[in-house]
Amino acid sequence: MTPEQKRRYNRHIILDGFGSEGQQRLLESKVLIVGAGGLGSPCALYLAAAGVGTIGIADADTVSISNLQRQVIHFSEDAGTPKALSAKDKMQRINPDIRVEAYPTFITAENAPDIIRQYDFIIDCTDSFASKYLINDACVMLGKPFCIAGIVAYSGQIMTHVPGSACYRCLFPAPPPENEVQTCSMVGVLGSAVGTVGTLQATEAIKVLTGIGSPLTNAILTYDALTVQFQRFDIQPNPNCMLCGSHPSVTELQEYSFQPCRKNTKE
Amino acid sequence: MAKRIVINNEARETEAQFIQQLAAELDLPERGVALAVNNKIVPRATWPDTAISEGDSITIIKAAFGG
Ligand SMILES: [Zn+2]
Repeated sequence: MTPEQKRRYNRHIILDGFGSEGQQRLLESKVLIVGAGGLGSPCALYLAAAGVGTIGIADADTVSISNLQRQVIHFSEDAGTPKALSAKDKMQRINPDIRVEAYPTFITAENAPDIIRQYDFIIDCTDSFASKYLINDACVMLGKPFCIAGIVAYSGQIMTHVPGSACYRCLFPAPPPENEVQTCSMVGVLGSAVGTVGTLQATEAIKVLTGIGSPLTNAILTYDALTVQFQRFDIQPNPNCMLCGSHPSVTELQEYSFQPCRKNTKE
Repeated sequence: MAKRIVINNEARETEAQFIQQLAAELDLPERGVALAVNNKIVPRATWPDTAISEGDSITIIKAAFGG
């Protein structure tokens, strides 16, 4: 590490159990964040500040004024700018020491494997079941650790996967049918509560990359902002899981067309 | 005999013997929900054989898509 890096990352380096080794691992790590929205904003800011050496940030949307209530990486003057580029700009300003790769495109069954393969840890910060299942499936197939999270209204949930641990399909085998899912513009979301969950995701990434602590694997954590209840539930990897079980039926990536938050969101 | 249980932090009585019966009682959808008994997720395939005991704390977790 250069003297400047030693100064910049001093509060990590002096942390018991983290040290220069932990920081060096972060500097050599590559993390992909899919989604630069409510979850992705704090996640990207913290991982950039933490000195994750390479961060990919993917989002096909552009910044709109209704995003600014929670997507704190974007500023008012960014309205109309692709979110991936707006996010990259802030991340580089927080920390010019890192490399940021912006993907202003949708992550699809076609491009997911080539992009994901380049990274050590993947973070699902998307706003649709379609993307969550796609990322889950692609990461399990490629043997990549990842963290997946979701939030609706006042309550969120988060789980981490490393090869061999329970996957999202062990918990929720398939996405719910379209007519049972409310859209984002119908239910709303508390901005600061999304931030809490996105920040938890950043911490999970740092832990897996540096090897400190124990990640949120074989478990799901739920957070209810109204009652301030954090609850952790144990999950056994499901031997009959259609993706990670012994006789999987999901063996290649599929597109899920239904994307609730891509509807009725244009102002 | 009715058992006193807690569902998502609310006290409730049920006649259901097994989780499968409780799920029917609650009209839980086929997809997009997971269920935990005393902080352990119970896979749907084992709902018919998972007995409910007096005092069980049951949590229904809905998959959240937002971000
Ligand atoms: Zn699985």
